[in-house]
Amino acid sequence: MKQLYYYCKLLECGKISRRDFMGRALALGATTALASSMAAQAVKAATPKKGGKLRLGIGHGSTTDTLDPATYENLYIQCVGGAIHNKLTEVSNTGGLVPELAESWEPTPDAKVWAFKLRKGVEFHNGKTLDAEDVVASINHHRGEESKSAAKPIVDPIEDVKADGKDTVVFTMKSGNADFPFIVSDYHLAIMPSKDGKVDALSGVGASGYTLDKFEPGVRTALKRFPNYWKTNRAHFDEGEFLAIVDVTARTNALTTGEIDAMDRVDIKTAHLLARNRNVKIVETSGTAHYTFAMRTDTAPFDNNDVRLALKYALDRKALLQSVLRGHGVVGNDHPIGRSNRYHADELPQRVYDIDKAKFHLKKAGHSSLKVDLSAADAAFAGAVDAAVLYKEHAAKAGIEINVVREPNDGYWSNVWLKKPWCAVYWGGRPTEDWMFSTAYADGAPWNDTFWKHDRFNKLLIQARAELDETKRREMYVEMQRIVSDEGGVVVPMFNNYVMGLSSKVQHDEMGSNWSLDGFRALERWWFA
Amino acid sequence: MAKIAKMVAQRLALGLLTLFVVSLIIFLGVELLPGDLAEAILGQSATPETVAAFRRELKLDLPPHERYIAWLADILRGDLGRSLANQREISELIGVRFANTLFLAAVAAIISVPLAVTLGVLAALYRNSFYDRAVNVVTLSSISFPEFFVAYILILFLAVQGGIFPSISNVSPGLDFWDRVYRVILPALTLTLVVVAHMMRMTRASIINLLASPYIEMANLKGLSRTRIIVHHALPNALAPIINVIVINLAYLVVGVVIVEVVFVYPGLGQLFVDSVIRRDIPVVQASCLVFAATYILLNLTADVLSILSNPRLLHPK
Repeated sequence: MKQLYYYCKLLECGKISRRDFMGRALALGATTALASSMAAQAVKAATPKKGGKLRLGIGHGSTTDTLDPATYENLYIQCVGGAIHNKLTEVSNTGGLVPELAESWEPTPDAKVWAFKLRKGVEFHNGKTLDAEDVVASINHHRGEESKSAAKPIVDPIEDVKADGKDTVVFTMKSGNADFPFIVSDYHLAIMPSKDGKVDALSGVGASGYTLDKFEPGVRTALKRFPNYWKTNRAHFDEGEFLAIVDVTARTNALTTGEIDAMDRVDIKTAHLLARNRNVKIVETSGTAHYTFAMRTDTAPFDNNDVRLALKYALDRKALLQSVLRGHGVVGNDHPIGRSNRYHADELPQRVYDIDKAKFHLKKAGHSSLKVDLSAADAAFAGAVDAAVLYKEHAAKAGIEINVVREPNDGYWSNVWLKKPWCAVYWGGRPTEDWMFSTAYADGAPWNDTFWKHDRFNKLLIQARAELDETKRREMYVEMQRIVSDEGGVVVPMFNNYVMGLSSKVQHDEMGSNWSLDGFRALERWWFA
Repeated sequence: MAKIAKMVAQRLALGLLTLFVVSLIIFLGVELLPGDLAEAILGQSATPETVAAFRRELKLDLPPHERYIAWLADILRGDLGRSLANQREISELIGVRFANTLFLAAVAAIISVPLAVTLGVLAALYRNSFYDRAVNVVTLSSISFPEFFVAYILILFLAVQGGIFPSISNVSPGLDFWDRVYRVILPALTLTLVVVAHMMRMTRASIINLLASPYIEMANLKGLSRTRIIVHHALPNALAPIINVIVINLAYLVVGVVIVEVVFVYPGLGQLFVDSVIRRDIPVVQASCLVFAATYILLNLTADVLSILSNPRLLHPK
């Protein structure tokens, strides 16, 4: 019976066909009638059904959370934002870019001026109809001297944004950017109703499928379906409730006892045990989130590329993936572009643990042995200290002595990151290559945590950004990944999966991997069987 | 009675002074921690310009003494101010949370205090019996385990396997009274297991202490039953230390339950406090501390007043 149930699940996920299912079910001794009714049920589950209340347990959330998208700080409030706000564009569940509040967009040939045509007749929760002024005000909320927005660096390349009539918004960029439509899908850039050119960011009024009913920061958020939502094939639940359950055991218990319908951040140490529960399914997506060890290339000994290469070869990524992530991830190749990115370079050879090469590069750099400090804290990513200690063991075989410095979690991002010569870093990743590279690898970028300067790379970055020809772009991005991998200041040991636990009655399509919980859109995209 | 009124007034005045000192220490303490709210909220996304803009808006760029004095002036006007992080009224934020905390503390106290005192009296009555030893072993074991462990054990048996109580205490405003009680039973039981030993042992010890007194011997010689001696003669005289230890435990139930709150996802004041310290939201930290300190001061005052009332020698001094 258990086997049968398993096949049923496979059919539901579309991993086997109905014919396969029938064959296997009959082989297991099920009657034809039973098998075909099970198959019918499983297939029915795949067509969205309306109604119900989705209760999400999220492993983040703080009483200091605010509804202002400029300072969305953690996964909890990002999911609330994903439920109450629409953006101009959306990264769909399959990873492509689809129109959301913008119906279409058109660049000038140099990709410098972008005209977005807005969808007509979209209504905000407060009854106001969307027009171009709202978009301008919502974007300007993050710009300017007085902006305290975390999204300020990503809207900085916008020179000017203005309305052209009621339904068109024109963005003028400081330089050409072919990926601009991706940028406006960012979760910070929520479109809110404006009044006299300003948005009331704390009101929580958006243009999405759910209105904010109650917001108790750090505790719970109640949401109700917005009856006038413009998307007809989305927002299936009548209601949503997001609970902040920071303790992972409490979250797991809540899921197994049916207090919640889904949770994020399953404890990977016990995920295999949780998967045995029949009422729970474990879902994983592999996206752009990754861990790095960033070396300051302006500081000795990391200013020598051979030292960096020696360190890159002196790490057993597979062992690290198995022990720190228990296999819930994929190994990295010393560049920040994930397999879900459009131009991921599959053709680059995977860097492996190679003591001889590490020794060779160390010698080439003029060192017979090397002693370096590696700063880590679990604030960087869960298991960062363990990862650093494993690295130390691996590197010792190549004659490199890594001294692991355990830093305090408090103030890690202000006192250690971008300050210490070598430290552990977490990146949520970015949906486009340009975005990722411009954020953390371009010369002079505020978060260039390796303080890396590479002329060819920086030249390619600007060229590729404005290049509208797909093939040429691909070539450039592959070359850039190769440069970062071979000459960059960053060790990328692995990309971590988002591991979620869902009640078996929760149904979903292919799950978005750009962020956890279906790209923060669980409430909008999922439904109950 | 006039004496008690005078003492209460004196203690309240001293209490205010204590609150002032507490607020000063907390303010300095949070100032000493690395980073500030702007950096904590922006985290990895902080750039020098956005942090500076953040600080300007929240007046975090002013020197600490100016901020403290401004805060003090507001407090003296009865205004707790607004949370720096989300601009909500602190009185509102704390009001709901504190009510939740008090509710949980009250349920735990209603279960644990009568239980502890009864167990203690019985233990004194049947001193050195099997019952006495058993109750000591059980309560001392439950206090020795860390709270989260006790909590997980209760969850495992009563929520996951038994399915009797919910594993998380998801309370929200507008829930009716009994539903609310049902949802806080597991955290209240956890707290009960943690505090019972202390009160029970104190009750037992202070009664046994009195059993050697001459007037108890007299009562024995009169031929009174042991129960009557303990409940009528010993217990009233043992009240002062018992009241004191009960009050200390009540204060603990109000201010020391953050771990239980986390395990059961209960929206109490402790969680608010921890969140605010992590994000360096100083006005909220200050306000929560004042609430905690005031709880201690008031409960101690109550304990003293009750001790005096229960002791004729203190109530009618020569």
